[in-house]
Amino acid sequence: MALSRKVSLSAGAKYKGGGPMLAWVLHRISGLGIIIFVTLHVIASFFTQQFGSDLGISINIIYESIYFQLFIVFCAIFHGVNGFRIIVLDIWPRLIRYQKESTWLEWFVILPLYGLTVFIMIQRFLEG
Amino acid sequence: MRSRAMPKPSWNLDYMMWVFTRLSGLSLILLIVIGISAGLLMGARSQMDLGTLMRWTFFPNSNHVLDSEIPDLYLWANGFWQIMQILVVFFAATHGFNGLRVVIEDYSLSGFWQIFLRFLILLLWIFSIMVGIYVILGS
Repeated sequence: MALSRKVSLSAGAKYKGGGPMLAWVLHRISGLGIIIFVTLHVIASFFTQQFGSDLGISINIIYESIYFQLFIVFCAIFHGVNGFRIIVLDIWPRLIRYQKESTWLEWFVILPLYGLTVFIMIQRFLEG
Repeated sequence: MRSRAMPKPSWNLDYMMWVFTRLSGLSLILLIVIGISAGLLMGARSQMDLGTLMRWTFFPNSNHVLDSEIPDLYLWANGFWQIMQILVVFFAATHGFNGLRVVIEDYSLSGFWQIFLRFLILLLWIFSIMVGIYVILGS
């Protein structure tokens, strides 16, 4: 079901989709981020468990860094909450009229959850 | 420019995976809620830090709680949690690789490359589920 879209990057950047478009873009980015992390983690634990090899440990160093963790926590929280919003809108299609409001509501859930998590993570990181 | 149309309800891959994506998303949220609740009930409140509890929540593997202050692992490493882990791996891998397929097919050509990439993703999906279950049963 490949769609042919002849849209240039500049035209795409000027498209004013607002909150729902941002949610769509971030849903893709966060989904791909989770795929990258989970694939790396499965490979690393497989090599560590089966062969005790250093490959697993060197992959661990990448995703145990604080920057990767902050990114992946955002991906997990955003993808979960936004996915739940999509499911709710798909189950009750009449709510699609309020999809802009639903993206605001979603950020009211995500920002406290992510903010608190980041606070604790950075506190732990600075403690060492 | 128009958005991707919702697939027509019938026995085709796009519609089946559209439904599966919703169902598996809800299942994963449910599995995560079960993981965090059971973890807190089994002693995480006083014996774990947030990072360890999060690792357990997203994937209830006993290796994830080894470096906490849990006195012994008999509640955390058993057949029930292995079944939960296999469910997480199955739902997450299928949901994830189907999502990858959707993203790729939004940008790729139809015809040979579509079939080739679908086949490649099918192989990756089978491989990752097999490796995941192998790691779960061996840990």
